[in-house]
Amino acid sequence: MNAELMNVTGEPIREKSEVLLAVQNVSLRFGGVKAISDVSFDIRKGEVRAIIGPNGAGKTSMLNCINGFYQPQEGQITFKGQRRDRMKPHRAAAAGIARTFQNVALFKGMSTLDNIMTGRTLKMKRGFFWQALRHGPAMTEEIEHRRVVEDIIDFLQIEHIRKLPVGKLPYGLQKRVELGRALAMEPELLLLDEPMAGMNLEEKEDMCRFILDVNQQFGTTIALIEHDMGVVMDLSDRVVVLEYGRKIADGTPSEVKADQKVIDAYLGVAH
Amino acid sequence: MFYREAGQFKSTYQADMAVFPIRQDRIGLAVILLIAFIGIPLIGNDFFITSVMIPFLVFSLAAIGLNILTGYTGLISLGTAAFMGVGAYAAYKMTTAFPGVNIIVLILVSGLFSAAIGVLFGLPSLRIKGFYLAVATLAAQFFLQWAFVRVPWLFNYNASGAIEVPQRLLFGIPVTGASASPETRYYVCLCLVIVMTWFASNLVHGKIGRSWMAVRDMDIAAELMGIKLLTAKLLAFAVSSFYAGVAGAMMIFLWYGGGEAADVFNIRLSFNILFMVIIGGLGSLIGSFFGAAFIASLPTIMKFGLPALGVPLSGATAEHVTFMLVGALIIVFLIVEPHGLARLWQIGKQKLRTWPFPY
Ligand SMILES: Nc1ncnc2c1ncn2[C@@H]1O[C@H](COP(=O)(O)OP(=O)(O)O)[C@@H](O)[C@H]1O
Ligand SMILES: [Mg+2]
Repeated sequence: MNAELMNVTGEPIREKSEVLLAVQNVSLRFGGVKAISDVSFDIRKGEVRAIIGPNGAGKTSMLNCINGFYQPQEGQITFKGQRRDRMKPHRAAAAGIARTFQNVALFKGMSTLDNIMTGRTLKMKRGFFWQALRHGPAMTEEIEHRRVVEDIIDFLQIEHIRKLPVGKLPYGLQKRVELGRALAMEPELLLLDEPMAGMNLEEKEDMCRFILDVNQQFGTTIALIEHDMGVVMDLSDRVVVLEYGRKIADGTPSEVKADQKVIDAYLGVAH
Repeated sequence: MFYREAGQFKSTYQADMAVFPIRQDRIGLAVILLIAFIGIPLIGNDFFITSVMIPFLVFSLAAIGLNILTGYTGLISLGTAAFMGVGAYAAYKMTTAFPGVNIIVLILVSGLFSAAIGVLFGLPSLRIKGFYLAVATLAAQFFLQWAFVRVPWLFNYNASGAIEVPQRLLFGIPVTGASASPETRYYVCLCLVIVMTWFASNLVHGKIGRSWMAVRDMDIAAELMGIKLLTAKLLAFAVSSFYAGVAGAMMIFLWYGGGEAADVFNIRLSFNILFMVIIGGLGSLIGSFFGAAFIASLPTIMKFGLPALGVPLSGATAEHVTFMLVGALIIVFLIVEPHGLARLWQIGKQKLRTWPFPY
């Protein structure tokens, strides 16, 4: 749509890569409340795509549409070239979409290890019979996946809390475990809903580094909701800005920052 | 001092994933098994074996079943006794129809019948939770309990209105019926409970157990991991009811032995099993044993133990005191320690691990 603009300022490599997810004319209503109105944007393979906007702009609702928690009344969502009308969350997971939540949604009674192991569920194929025996192929499989999970634990530097129940961990660590659980799914598209909210500066820096590493080392495409504009500028390739459920800008961080409508939205200028 | 894991390094993931990673725990388990297999039949008299040990084993199995549903998957059920009944009546009908088939096989197969019924009554669990689900399972309890009494075909039109357990042999030895010795029945119960506990432990420590707990702790996130909520919940209902069914068949065939068994699968039994799970510890297999031991032995201790110690207590008073004690404990555990006796056991072990230096 604004390809010309991006040729001037965007990154050429990302520019050419194919579209992984396309959101077209999506509208979502809750009774009389319009959470999203006619929003279109796309996410390209390998990029970090930020979604920003004031509180209540519809950012979380947009992620919920993408992974099937909400069914938009209008519009369509295409993932990997396949259009899905009514997608169930577990189908989205199987298709390669993982996510973290704005208010941490961990399995509180389970250990860090078990939480992250849960992310491997879809990749574990042994059925009830072998699970009941927990020997032979089931054990081999369990060990194989445990290895992957230990790598993730190393990567996120959470070895020391491996066996602790996550419910008692400090908030910053919980967010890290939640990222680990999503990474364990080896997703193609990772949706992060305010991964740095409520963190101190040091924790934020760590989280930033993890997100960049995930993007660069594993090539995972990331869609990120974040309020801290500094973080958004540093991390993202392209930014889409929502306000009152509408898209008001879309482009590289510097373009978006210079956009008058975005400045107004963030400064709270009355329309 | 002696309960230490120092020097026991786990060099493989397999060792780290063992259910009993600490050597002393494994020794403890071996000692318990030795006592169960050799000590108790040697020392215990018939009364102790039939009125304490066999009920304890049967209740433990039923409590494990309910714990899988309520403790691990977070779905409450007040229909445990009814699912136990399905197992008992299924075993009775099958052994009537196929007297030649090994009774142990039939007891296990009868669990499949209650698994099927459990799944049926578990279907609403996708839509309803908590209180409403409890009411739905209560409907199962009342409907099935009614059927057990009112459908004479189920108890072969016996005048007693109850299952009359026939004699069945295993390797030429009677295991059910009037001539089966308490020791034989105890051994059969013990073996069944050990094998089924091992299966349950395998399930809860692997992928399936994790998906149950994920559903319990945060169902929307579980769905996001690719876990199908309906499948996970129905599987929990199936496995749970299977355990209840086998426990019910064991109760009639290996414990009661017939006769007095009319209308035993009542709501009080359902509540008793639920109390075992709560007091023992939600989401803990070992807790199921603690809870069963506690609830099953308390009335006996009150009735026979206290008078033996010189505390005068009439039968009726003993019963009332038992009721009040259990009620108070339930409230205490629900408020203070939802993980029950199992948690206290863990804390105790933790203290022992660091003893005599608290830090
Ligand atoms: N489940 C829901 N039911 C009703 N209204 C909702 C629901 N989810 C979101 N909304 C509404 O949709 C709008 C957008 O919310 P949300 O997507 O959470 O915004 P953001 O994440 O950008 O802060 C808000 O007005 C919110 O009240
Ligand atoms: Mg939000």
